[in-house]
Amino acid sequence: MRRLLAFGLAALVLAPAAHAQTGDVTRGRHLYGRYCIACHGANGMGVIGGRAEGQKREGPPLVGVGALAADFYLRTGYMPLRQVGKQPRRSRVLLSEAEIRALVAYVASLGHGPPVPRPQPERGSLSEGLKLFTDHCAGCHQVVAQGGFLTGGVAPPLDRATPTQIAQAIRIGPYLMPRFSPRQITPRQVDSIVRYVLYAKHPDDRGGWAIGHIGPVPEGLVTWFLAATTLVAVCIVLGKRLGRE
Amino acid sequence: MSKARAFLVAAATLLVGRGRRRRLRPGEREPIVAAPTPRSPDAELVAIGLLLASAASAIAFVVIYVLDRLPAHTQLLGLALGLAFVFLAAALTVTAKRLVPNEELEDDYPEQEHPDEQERVVQVVEESGLTRRRLFVLALGAAGGSIGLALLTPVASLGPALHLARFSLTPWRRGTRLVTEDGEPYRADEIEEGTFYTAFAEGADKEALASSLVLVRLPKSELDLPPENAGFDADGILAFSKICTHAGCAIALYRKPMFAPTDPQPALICPCHYSTFEPAKGGKVIFGPAGRKLPMLPLAIDGKGFLRARGNFDGPVGPSWWGVRMKRPTT
Repeated sequence: MRRLLAFGLAALVLAPAAHAQTGDVTRGRHLYGRYCIACHGANGMGVIGGRAEGQKREGPPLVGVGALAADFYLRTGYMPLRQVGKQPRRSRVLLSEAEIRALVAYVASLGHGPPVPRPQPERGSLSEGLKLFTDHCAGCHQVVAQGGFLTGGVAPPLDRATPTQIAQAIRIGPYLMPRFSPRQITPRQVDSIVRYVLYAKHPDDRGGWAIGHIGPVPEGLVTWFLAATTLVAVCIVLGKRLGRE
Repeated sequence: MSKARAFLVAAATLLVGRGRRRRLRPGEREPIVAAPTPRSPDAELVAIGLLLASAASAIAFVVIYVLDRLPAHTQLLGLALGLAFVFLAAALTVTAKRLVPNEELEDDYPEQEHPDEQERVVQVVEESGLTRRRLFVLALGAAGGSIGLALLTPVASLGPALHLARFSLTPWRRGTRLVTEDGEPYRADEIEEGTFYTAFAEGADKEALASSLVLVRLPKSELDLPPENAGFDADGILAFSKICTHAGCAIALYRKPMFAPTDPQPALICPCHYSTFEPAKGGKVIFGPAGRKLPMLPLAIDGKGFLRARGNFDGPVGPSWWGVRMKRPTT
């Protein structure tokens, strides 16, 4: 009797959730038809070599990319893309929270794909994160994640990346970034990397001035221009003869 | 207690009576060492004030040091010590300029002690034909010539002239396994598309120029290897020297397109000067200052699935120098 009651209760609780899920997918399908279908094709099959109104309309298939990729691209404002072939950049998110949830649910329903990751930076180790970040990420993103350039693209600064987005980008490899599978960077290591990137947003500047965190060249310039000028000025003052005209 | 009081009274007296001369005791002579300079009682006060400020700053340094965990602790420490030195320097400057008397005295040349010998020296100098002017020109020439030589010396670093053999030595021979930084051998099925790996020659010095490799995997259909690199891949896995052929930096960047039809093609990029190499075409230079392709290593997969070298690089590893293309790598 008690078991039956529990079962009934569970059904009562789960039914609306399941309903909301299918409702989201339906709503997401509508939104997909409005914003995404021109480049990503019907049912997320992708478009290659497409044109519409004289403009390129091409996009990768979305079958199997899962909630992980859809959530990343929509919440960073990478999608919808202004112009096909351009690098997606972080921009204002034009969709509402409910619309994003619906689209993510729809894209996730297209095929078996990874869910949205839930990194736990507090479980990671900062020093391991620094080492992993230097090994895998700093080549492009710079060691305190200030971003950088490579031929054909930009490695964005990570100052606005949320923990979830960092974990997602590692797995997706947006635009020209390599993608790292759980075999190459384990979820535990992702926790450490996220912890380090969060730290790098406000690093502990023991020396005082950060001077943009872009390394020893500007620091040297400041030393030469400020300190050396002051020293020369002091020397001139010391060498002057006073009251002897 | 009385001593401290006496000290205070003395300090007050000196401060109030600054600028005034000490009264001479009976029988004492006026100690004149230099012409009297205009006295500046204000300068005295300023100097003492600066010295006290210096002392206060130095004490502040100690206090800040003890009070650990202040915000901007390091900066405050630096500021305190810096101010202490600045105040000290200022006090010494004021003292030297305003308080210490200055006097210029003329002194006649001493009379010649050995006129005959000096006469002879002058004669020798005249007979040698060396004039003051000539000596100066000679010294100037020596300075200019030496500086020119010093500036030209680094030309020797532009390229190795001797002992070229060690530049073509590599640890790779037929059958050498590829290992990770920790010495674990790479299995072919570990290498995934869309990312890149760093590998080393098993048993070799990791710091050696030709030891490090960058590994990528491309779909076999995308490979477009030139005839001389035909068959260098192992099931789509490609291995290149990690050292850029331009200035010898490590190739640390791999760009891979998210969506091949619209994005730039896969490439290995050197972060120093953005030399860009296309792995699908055997490491051909497609952008940047590098003058020759990235050396490629032929790979094979052994019976247990491990990656092994199938020979040596197809060209010399490392930055380029005069005549580098004539060299072949050896083991």
